[in-house]
Amino acid sequence: MEPKRIKTPIDEETVRGLTVGEFVLLSGRVVTGRDRVHKYLYKKRPEEVDLPVSLEGAVLYHCGPIIKRVNGDFEIVSAGPTTSIRMEMYEPWVIRNYGIRGIIGKGGMGRETLDAMKDAGCVYMHAISGAAAYLVKRIKRITSVWKDDEFGETEAMWVLEVEDFPVIITMDTQGNSLHEQILKRSEQRYRNIINI
Amino acid sequence: MLRLEDGIVELYRKVATSLPADVEDALRRAIELEDGITRESLSKILENIEIAKTEGRPVCQDTGTPTFYIKTPRELSQRQLREIVIKATRRATREIPLRANAVDCVTEKNSGDNTGPYFPIIYFEETDESRLTIELMLKGGGCENLGQTYKLPDAQLKAQRDLDGVRRCIVDAVFKAQGKGCPPYTIAVAVGATKDQVTFLSKKQLLRRLDDQNPIPELSRFEQEVKEELNSLGIGPLGFGGKHTVLSVKIACAARHPASYFVDVSFSCWANRRGRLVWG
Repeated sequence: MEPKRIKTPIDEETVRGLTVGEFVLLSGRVVTGRDRVHKYLYKKRPEEVDLPVSLEGAVLYHCGPIIKRVNGDFEIVSAGPTTSIRMEMYEPWVIRNYGIRGIIGKGGMGRETLDAMKDAGCVYMHAISGAAAYLVKRIKRITSVWKDDEFGETEAMWVLEVEDFPVIITMDTQGNSLHEQILKRSEQRYRNIINI
Repeated sequence: MLRLEDGIVELYRKVATSLPADVEDALRRAIELEDGITRESLSKILENIEIAKTEGRPVCQDTGTPTFYIKTPRELSQRQLREIVIKATRRATREIPLRANAVDCVTEKNSGDNTGPYFPIIYFEETDESRLTIELMLKGGGCENLGQTYKLPDAQLKAQRDLDGVRRCIVDAVFKAQGKGCPPYTIAVAVGATKDQVTFLSKKQLLRRLDDQNPIPELSRFEQEVKEELNSLGIGPLGFGGKHTVLSVKIACAARHPASYFVDVSFSCWANRRGRLVWG
């Protein structure tokens, strides 16, 4: 499988050119955000100027990394994806409001996020679930951190520089979702087994 | 002589940064039967396991809710053991490091050291053995969230109070889980009289080796049959489709009350992290 190389920030044309099943190597800036960040963005609706970096064209990574302090500096130890579906109630608004072009996570997201991705131009980038030691090698540095005092290091927004970070597109801007396909297929079998 | 506290820190290190050999073997065997992105992803998972082991990095960034199963000789104080476990937890969090996962539900503050009310989870059992045995499970939140408890009969699932009913619950839980919690999963099930009894007992089955055999022949057969049925769902590694939705199914039965029939289904992600320390 020949990978597509993509740099952030991502423009609309590039994101609309990505389809389910494509293998992408991502380079540039990626920001982390999981449960607390999403709840905060949704409830407090901070202006772009109040965020550590612009999220326009950005890639948001559902990740709570392990961080170590070495001589006062942060070092990232392990950093794989967390389960994305917990962010479902916030994500459509976050995508539309901040202009995010890529969500990295695992397990996929629901119908409303898929609709928002179609409207606003955003894709779901599935990282290798649980491969935190492998993926951290593709994270070159931590640029800054936001809300680490309030949310703790696990749930803070970390601004990262990545190089050739491997992801698979599993939800695209044409409304395709690998997760929906697998759900439908397994549902047939499920109904047969349960006989309902 | 090493102190017990050091021993527990090292147990944490081993469990967080490596996988039990039986789990790694099962993943290696699974790769051979998969293809396309599923095969590719599984091979990256094996590479990940290798990196974690050689560099001493946690296999997964979610080092879980630490759960201890401690078998004590009669003369050992459980209160003192608890204090040692808590000290070791603080040290392991800093030294390995582990991810800080203990969040106060009222203040929403993360304690930063993996300790807090009822955290880590510690279960004690007294034995006649002269040695102390400590088993540790580091189970992440993603797969923990997939767990389900059922009360039978369940009309929707056409599940009656028998093993066929239990089978229906397991298939339902795995179907609902899809790929959200890092498959291939290990599925652990318990049947019994009360909610707390079955949730405790099902999770405890995750301590079993994947290749062990259930001592009750009916349950041993059941484990095999259900495993094949679950894999026929085709959810596959990472939920990308494929032959391995689960690596293994384990079940245990407690005695039940005539009025009650609880079934609990626990999930472990592929990174089924457990280890044992025998002391003394």
